[in-house]
Amino acid sequence: MSTPTTDLPTPTLARDGLAGMPAADAKQTGKEFTSDQEVRWCPGCGDYAVLKAVQGFLPDLGLKRENIVFVSGIGCSSRFPYYLDTYGMHSIHGRAPAIATGLATSRSDLSVWVVTGDGDALSIGGNHLIHALRRNVNMTILLFNNRIYGLTKGQYSPTSEIGKVTKSTPMGSLDNPFNPISLALGAEASFVARTIDTDRNHLTGVLREAAAHRGTSLVEIYQNCPIFNDGAFDTIKDPATRDHAVIPLVHGQPITYGPDGEHGLVRNPATGTIEPVEISDANRDQVLVHDAHADDPTLAFAISRLTDGGHLDRAPIGIFRQVERPAYDDLARQQLDTAVGTMGKGNLQQLLTGNDTWTIDA
Amino acid sequence: MKGHHFRDDAQKGRALASESKQVEKLDRVVIRFAGDSGDGMQLTGDRFTQETAAFGNDLSTLPNFPAEIRAPQGTLPGVSSFQVHFADHDILTPGDRPDVLVAMNPAALAANIKDLRPGGIVIVDSHDFTKRNLAKAGYDTSPLDDDSLADYQVHPLDLTGMTVDAVADFGLGRKDAARSKNMFALGLVSWMYGRPTDATLAYLESKFASKPAIRDANVAAFKAGWYFGETTEAFAVSYEIAPAPMASGRYRNITGNTALAYGIIASGQQSGLPVFLGAYPITPASDILHELSKHKHFGVTTFQAEDEIAGIGAALGASFGGALGVTTTSGPGISLKSETIGLAVMLELPLVIVDVQRGGPSTGLPTKTEQSDLLQAMFGRNGEAPLPVIAPQSPADCFDAAVEAARIAVTYRTPVMLLSDGYLANGSEPWSIPDVDALPRIEPAFATLPADGAEFLPYARDPETHAPAWAPPGVAGLEHRVGGIEKADGTGNISYDPANHDRMVRNRAAKVARVADTIPDLVVDDPSGEARVLVLGWGSTYGPIGAGVRAARAQGIDVAHTHLRHIHPFPRNLGKVLRSYDHVIVPEMNLGQLALLLRAEFLVDVHGYDKVTGMPFGSEELAEVIAQAVKSIDTHRLENDR
Repeated sequence: MSTPTTDLPTPTLARDGLAGMPAADAKQTGKEFTSDQEVRWCPGCGDYAVLKAVQGFLPDLGLKRENIVFVSGIGCSSRFPYYLDTYGMHSIHGRAPAIATGLATSRSDLSVWVVTGDGDALSIGGNHLIHALRRNVNMTILLFNNRIYGLTKGQYSPTSEIGKVTKSTPMGSLDNPFNPISLALGAEASFVARTIDTDRNHLTGVLREAAAHRGTSLVEIYQNCPIFNDGAFDTIKDPATRDHAVIPLVHGQPITYGPDGEHGLVRNPATGTIEPVEISDANRDQVLVHDAHADDPTLAFAISRLTDGGHLDRAPIGIFRQVERPAYDDLARQQLDTAVGTMGKGNLQQLLTGNDTWTIDA
Repeated sequence: MKGHHFRDDAQKGRALASESKQVEKLDRVVIRFAGDSGDGMQLTGDRFTQETAAFGNDLSTLPNFPAEIRAPQGTLPGVSSFQVHFADHDILTPGDRPDVLVAMNPAALAANIKDLRPGGIVIVDSHDFTKRNLAKAGYDTSPLDDDSLADYQVHPLDLTGMTVDAVADFGLGRKDAARSKNMFALGLVSWMYGRPTDATLAYLESKFASKPAIRDANVAAFKAGWYFGETTEAFAVSYEIAPAPMASGRYRNITGNTALAYGIIASGQQSGLPVFLGAYPITPASDILHELSKHKHFGVTTFQAEDEIAGIGAALGASFGGALGVTTTSGPGISLKSETIGLAVMLELPLVIVDVQRGGPSTGLPTKTEQSDLLQAMFGRNGEAPLPVIAPQSPADCFDAAVEAARIAVTYRTPVMLLSDGYLANGSEPWSIPDVDALPRIEPAFATLPADGAEFLPYARDPETHAPAWAPPGVAGLEHRVGGIEKADGTGNISYDPANHDRMVRNRAAKVARVADTIPDLVVDDPSGEARVLVLGWGSTYGPIGAGVRAARAQGIDVAHTHLRHIHPFPRNLGKVLRSYDHVIVPEMNLGQLALLLRAEFLVDVHGYDKVTGMPFGSEELAEVIAQAVKSIDTHRLENDR
């Protein structure tokens, strides 16, 4: 016997990620979003740059400050909420997406942000991350990926390259790393992007798109840990190598890179995989035009595979996928409305009384 | 059609029966329906219970089923049973031993016969007493053919065969036709005890409305069972159990899980808060999730999470947002939620945590009852993480206990542990339907902007409750950060200051201790005022202990009885109560967890009586324990006198 299913109504809700959230009365500044707490990251930590960018960017959202909430887990980056003068919760290891799910589902008027790291989101909290992405709850997840455990002083993380020598792996780490973008696309996330801590313009542009997206937006931020994994992203930051390594993804544009745009991505028709090529007159028309809005995530996934587990010598940066899909929290609230519409507002006395009663006379 | 005027016939049935057959008056009966997991015994028991409730008897039920959904057919592990105790007076338990056993196959007979009272009635479906089925149940020869059942009044009946004959007109295959045999049995037993039948017929009409053949077969089988009882010479006697005198009012029958779900809905209504349930399916708590999912029009959101941790995490997130966060689970789920419970203690946010206890440790006995999560509820977290713990005492009381849990959670901004168990969850009893207007209001008292532009201090404390403010996002000027790292007193900012940590740990403990200000003193039931032995219980043992105490008193023994709803903090007068008796017995379905707490808190040498069989205590068993205790102190006194 098959279990019956119901056709859910097509949501008629605004697709705007910020719909239903109250707008600020006046223009705000980054300073207003800065709390009085002293920032306590290590000197040179990439987190500073991201914090500055977020503090600078939040006023642009145009939302009332009191309707913005940052929820974090555990790790260096998870101290983030303390430094923003919004509402915030510094929760426990890995659970921020679950906590944010409850918050976002019960409060349509809040802009909910999750701050997490590679250990927090992909190791201890991996289950919550993939389920948040699958449900598509309206929130933005900032995944700070420094490819190391910083707060516990330098063990390898689920994004560390194989063979990583750390305190816990003196003979080299053995496990294959997660590719966070591939993982998110595999979970059928509706918004998946990657950016870099030091590229403030790109970071801000991605955050703007992520906030505007209704559903779960996952933004992986490559972030340098100067103490335990310094230089992990040098290939994509060093002026000598970065133009050869960074592959910018811009929706509707051919995917080309290199100092003079001499490289491009083409699809291998035999395997479906993506391959970098030197652009020539012979292959120019085969260079892929990036389509972040494609319903099918196959091509985005193929592009995400270019980043190998090791050395980031090919790192696509930008929005991999940005598609419209009903948000779980919108649908959940809609079911409440539908129930009231069909049954009326609940009557407690009627509920408690039920249908099968008997009366004892005095 | 034979049963066309059934309703009239059924009503006349008693009159007819009383003309042709003897009617014996009884004050109470315990019936157990037992069969294979697929035989519909839970449904049969449920329907008989509804009929009995409608008739006006007091009642108490005990479903008992295996964890396997369908264990191999005809085997002992596959036996499922439902016991119902009903009486013309108020009763407290589903009964120690059945007076009547309905066994649908050899395995059901084998698994249950030892519980039957000598002289009890056994109705067996002889159809399935084949060599193969007998072997599956461990019988070498049929117990129907030897004298092994000589102590009982045995009625071997071909229930299956008669059912198939009764439904022959509806074009069902033999297998489908035979499936209605539980309704034949129900019809027969309903006749035996003069149960009203309207509700069962209406139930069958509606349940199988979309399958007319199945509907008609079930109705026909039910009626055939009734008529069989009325006409056969096998049953010379039918029984009458008069309605029980109960306080005037309107009643319904209710299970613990349903009552608990209703209590959560009522808490939302009485506090004006939206309810957010985050839960992961687990036996025996899932029915609370199912029930709450049906009531979205009360502003109840139900979130089936990816795991236990996400269930409580989402509930806590909703609480942070100003909803009444609730999570429901059983013991293994509490283990997984422990870290988040600690976070809720640290953040000081309202949260109702329901643990429907089952046999443990680990997976334990998923469908059986136990009270062994008490110490886990009290202490199962890292650090000093106290929280209020309360327990319902009967299925219907799960409603009041849930409202009380929400009251404490919201008033004191704390997670509250509500300890139900499998016996309460699935058991049922009549419930005097409360008047909604008389339910207590729950005041969330959300934070407001401090006067005169003063700084908002999220962890400043209410002078009365010692609770911090509840300040959900959305209010300008109250922006603040909360977290699991120790917080500076007042501001809530991160603080590693040693003296501050010491103060905050004590603040959180003091707040929970203050809950005792709003809980009533413990009342002791000691009718003679002469008792020197006190029986003290908590949770679902209320019924069995109460019945045991009655049985002891009926033997002329003076014994006092009291029962705890609040286990942390304890009622203020508990120490005084304990010291007022020479001997305190604490029966628990664990190895002495409350006894440990009482000894530690009051230095009183209480005596545990512990059992972990997955089944509730029997009343006769507890009466014996009480009698022994009274005897022991009498002996002791004699020795001292000498």
